Amino acid sequence: MTQAATNISGTSTSDLMVEMRGVNKWYGDFHVLRDIDLEVKRGERIVICGPSGSGKSTMIRCINHLEEHQQGDIVVGGIPLTQDVKRIEQIRRSVGMVFQHFNLFPHLTVLENCCIAPMWVQKKPRKEAEEEAMRYLERVRIAEQAKKYPGQLSGGQQQRVAIARSLCMHPDVMLFDEPTSALDPEMIKEVLDVMVELAKEGMTMLCVTHEMGFAKTVADRVIFMDQGQIIEENAPEPFFNNPQSERTQLFLSQILGH
Amino acid sequence: MIHNQTIIEQRPAPSSSVGPVAWLRGNLFNGPINTIFTLIGLYILYLLVVPTVQWAFINANWVGTTRDDCSREGACWVFVNARFTQFIYGLYPRTEIWRANIVFAGFFTLIAWLAIPRLPFKRWVAVFALVGFPVVAYVLLHGGYFDLPRVPTHRWGGLMLTLLLATVGMVGALPIGIVLALGRRSNMPIVKSFCVVFIEFWRGVPLITVLFMASVMLPLFLPSGISVDRLVRALIGLTLFQSAYMAEVIRGGLQAIPKGQEEAAAALGMTYWKRMGLIVLPQALKMMIPGIVNTFISLFKDTTLVMIIGLFDLLGIVQAALSDSRWLGFSLEGYVFAAFMFWIFCFSMSRYSQYLERKLHTGHKR
Repeated sequence: MTQAATNISGTSTSDLMVEMRGVNKWYGDFHVLRDIDLEVKRGERIVICGPSGSGKSTMIRCINHLEEHQQGDIVVGGIPLTQDVKRIEQIRRSVGMVFQHFNLFPHLTVLENCCIAPMWVQKKPRKEAEEEAMRYLERVRIAEQAKKYPGQLSGGQQQRVAIARSLCMHPDVMLFDEPTSALDPEMIKEVLDVMVELAKEGMTMLCVTHEMGFAKTVADRVIFMDQGQIIEENAPEPFFNNPQSERTQLFLSQILGH
Repeated sequence: MIHNQTIIEQRPAPSSSVGPVAWLRGNLFNGPINTIFTLIGLYILYLLVVPTVQWAFINANWVGTTRDDCSREGACWVFVNARFTQFIYGLYPRTEIWRANIVFAGFFTLIAWLAIPRLPFKRWVAVFALVGFPVVAYVLLHGGYFDLPRVPTHRWGGLMLTLLLATVGMVGALPIGIVLALGRRSNMPIVKSFCVVFIEFWRGVPLITVLFMASVMLPLFLPSGISVDRLVRALIGLTLFQSAYMAEVIRGGLQAIPKGQEEAAAALGMTYWKRMGLIVLPQALKMMIPGIVNTFISLFKDTTLVMIIGLFDLLGIVQAALSDSRWLGFSLEGYVFAAFMFWIFCFSMSRYSQYLERKLHTGHKR
């Protein structure tokens, strides 16, 4: 728990975890990200929403360089993101990511999924890595499945394992890329519960999600994106009750309308 | 509305649907057309099997030393018996055969050790099999060290040579194939084009030409005074040729792995080689076991082509024996024996690959 403690204490200081300045990205001719400016402080919880194709996923994937940006600066935990592979790997070690389709390693057991990066990237001894992995698996309430393979678990269970796998690397920031979109409705809650707990412990989080209930309970800021731009950002209460831009109003009326 | 208050006991299935009679009725005689096919099939089987068994076993001659010991009513296994040592060891000196036998014993022990799951120390045995054993085998087979008389490679032959060519080919082609397959998917243009050219060149030429070039052309390019052993040249040619095929098989496997796997590994901070070695390749290779073993089996049989550069593998030595004037007219026995030996090895590989597939299956869909 020392990690969480430092995160909480870190919240008081205003050091920036993620900083994006004038970030632009193109897929061929298609301009996916347009002049993105974003600052995320340590311990801040940010929810990013917007219609599909608006560049939400692309934006957070730029933070750990799964996507390459062509213009602008990204600084993660004080390290500027460049082409340098060593530096990219250094940033990735401190940035956890949870994917829409979980992307667990199907040839490894749940426990091995959680241990493989600590053992091979951080060079932890197997015993230590396993003990720690078990602690995180208990936290996401799935420790009893540790010996199973991902293919034997439900979607919600797999996503919780994926969260534990990221936490085992002691990340400073967690990126969530639509973590509940591929889940059956009855499994969404079990994943959101884990994410809410994580938020309460002070983890810095950037979540791309359409779960507006989650945004209202945990987010410090909600960001609305459309056509590759950040249209509006605000604290959840004014964002939902009093959206400024027309596009935000339209979007919110569509997803909250029924 | 509740239909039934008591739980129905489990009852056995009706006897007409279980047991051998039911199986016969269900699978072989379920209708007039199927019955006719079954009967025709049985008749063809009868026509084929009976004479074969009579020729190969019942009327066959097993013991003796010359062709006069054969009645010619069935197979004359005397021929194979008399030439057996040659078929296995080629022209290896008779007094030194114990050396080849030690290598054989070591070879099969190592394979069995690695294949049987219960045996311990797999990692160390594998390291020894790849590093230590080749040196031991070379020293023993080739000699020239520790007072062992030198046996030049042109005297090696028979099954020994076939196994040597096949093993070196397989052990060499797999890693080279993996590197080529990764290279072909690389983003670096120079690496990529080198791999593409290499693969397409070797896949485009027949193995016979490769072996012929290795044996005839290569010495012309090498500076005078440097000569590479003919067997080594054949081994290099065979390995490079098969690695191109292997590369394409493995590339197919790599393409079947979802992109998310590499992304997840990358997001955990793994380097390229760790992403490949720990996440992508284990899954791809597992998926590609049938393709890899298929390539291995065709490699095993392709080793017979070394005949054309004057090396006598199992088939080559059988053919050479057939032209012996004392044993003219026994080609059928010779070829049946060679075919049987090849079949044993290829069939074992095929069965082991099926076993591996079942064992490594971890119940995942993706």
